[in-house]
Amino acid sequence: MTSRNGEPAAAASRGRAGADPDADPVIDLAGVTFGYAATPVVEDVSLTVDPGEYVAVVGPNGSGKSTLLRLLLGLLEPDAGTASLFGEPADRFDDGERIGYVAQHASAAKGMPVTVREVVKMGRFPHVGFGRLSGADWAAVDDALATVGMAALADRRIAQLSGGQRQRAFIARALASEADLLVLDEPTVGVDAESVDAFYDLLSTLNADGITVLLIEHDLGAVVEHADRVVCLNREVYFDGPTDTFVESDALARAFGTDAQFLAGGGE
Amino acid sequence: MTATAVLAGVGGGIDPAVALLHALQAGAVGDLVFGVLLWVLEQWYWLMDWVYFFTGLEMLNPRYRYMHRAVLVGLCVGVMAPLIGTFLVHRQLALIGDALAHTAFAGVAVGLFLNAVIDLGVSPYLTAVVVAMIAALLIELISEVTDAYNDVSMAIVLSTGFALGTTLISLNSGGLAVGVNQYLFGNLSTVSPRSAAILLVLFAVIVGTVAVTRNQLLYVTFDETAAAVSGIPVDWYNRVMVMLTAMVVVGAMQIMGVILVAAMLVVPVAGATQVSRSFTGSLLASVVLAELAVTLGIAVAYYGGVTAGGVIVLVAVGIYVCTVVFGRLRSGSEDRRSLDTGSIEVDDARTGSDD
Repeated sequence: MTSRNGEPAAAASRGRAGADPDADPVIDLAGVTFGYAATPVVEDVSLTVDPGEYVAVVGPNGSGKSTLLRLLLGLLEPDAGTASLFGEPADRFDDGERIGYVAQHASAAKGMPVTVREVVKMGRFPHVGFGRLSGADWAAVDDALATVGMAALADRRIAQLSGGQRQRAFIARALASEADLLVLDEPTVGVDAESVDAFYDLLSTLNADGITVLLIEHDLGAVVEHADRVVCLNREVYFDGPTDTFVESDALARAFGTDAQFLAGGGE
Repeated sequence: MTATAVLAGVGGGIDPAVALLHALQAGAVGDLVFGVLLWVLEQWYWLMDWVYFFTGLEMLNPRYRYMHRAVLVGLCVGVMAPLIGTFLVHRQLALIGDALAHTAFAGVAVGLFLNAVIDLGVSPYLTAVVVAMIAALLIELISEVTDAYNDVSMAIVLSTGFALGTTLISLNSGGLAVGVNQYLFGNLSTVSPRSAAILLVLFAVIVGTVAVTRNQLLYVTFDETAAAVSGIPVDWYNRVMVMLTAMVVVGAMQIMGVILVAAMLVVPVAGATQVSRSFTGSLLASVVLAELAVTLGIAVAYYGGVTAGGVIVLVAVGIYVCTVVFGRLRSGSEDRRSLDTGSIEVDDARTGSDD
């Protein structure tokens, strides 16, 4: 998968995805069970995400959210059940440029000297393989930087940025790779409140442009405000449906086992 | 190059006839490659003679061919050690070089042992490359199974390698122990044409591999999970990386010695991290700093009559301290500048340094 031409197939399919309701689901988990030891961390989870959706996965700490994410990205193989990405088995999926992954805390090596532009450039690596970036590749990098509003900071060292700016840089990397699916693992941990709002506005804009968003989040307020659909997880799926219905249901109390509230910024 | 021929034969097939054929072919190819490398070496001597002619540096006197080779080895090490070191340091793998150097010592002992017992006539550096690369793969496979590089297993590999080395050497008491110092501490005057040729091969393999896979190595180093998601076979690149590290370690061992070789992987990179902003910049800076340390170190070692490895490391550490001071001064002045220009910039810097 390391060498491929920079053909605009991903961009084309993104445009198509919104129009064609019969397209393969972006994510398709069927009866997935996984455990690091004998007790499963994730049990019999089925979940389908269609192109263009904005889905948030919520759940208490240790509820298997991050494991579920690793399963659906194909980084882990399920013990039982199947995980598919764009209609292919997730662990053998090799159109890596279609997925943009933004980790919690932007965990990447912070002491490493690397500029914002170099980070965004990595998004083009699946397209260029062993080759050099062409003019078109650099244009995609610049476009992505402009979209997230980081063009002015492109030559800053990533370690010098604030948490919110750093997460924008990682989003830009996903955009540069022309991802159809954006997967974010608690992206706003350690990001100041003002930047969090701007960050969610950016996600909504990208979603409106046709990018599928899957968000793992502990901040219930943000979820309720932004996501179209909520999946409530605690080892099993407790709730899966539109956000409005989720707010009215008792799924939260059952999953968290406490009187959790929808306070903005007051997740845990 | 009978050694490569035999090794290739052993790896080539089980059928002895096939193995022999392989050995013959590999022997012919090996001789050809060795011939080319000797020719390259001749050109280097010629170049150094000219440098001597123009500068009059006694160190490069054409009578001292070994110094010409030592300088060549030093310059190559100054490129390849920080090149690989940059990828290691930023993954918190600085100590893997040390562990592999100690297993390379076991490889040297294996070579010396084989030469003494069955008169193989193989360069100990070749056996060192083989043993260090096997150890590197083992470390990597263990870390893949246990899902983490841990310093305990690294320490075990390190001491096992060294223990194996000392045991093998003491087994053949007498003549062998005399030659060991050169491997432990490095020696400018023992860089033979053959070991210089081995180093040139290692240099070509390392620089070539990094040049081709630089994108993937950078992505894997910076963000392993995202690299895996983007379809890069992370495990394979990790394996390539540790194998290259084993090669660097053996290459640099000739002048640095087993004990100090890891410093070349780490110290110039640490210095470059202080002064550079971009990754490309830090790669270049680390090579420049390493070359500076190597050339200064070799010169001081020659004129002062001291061990080159030690001096090179001391010079490198000196340069590192300078870069730390320089980095502090520069970031201080940057802070002051942003205080003047506006509050937003200051906020950014604050939040950045807080987490």
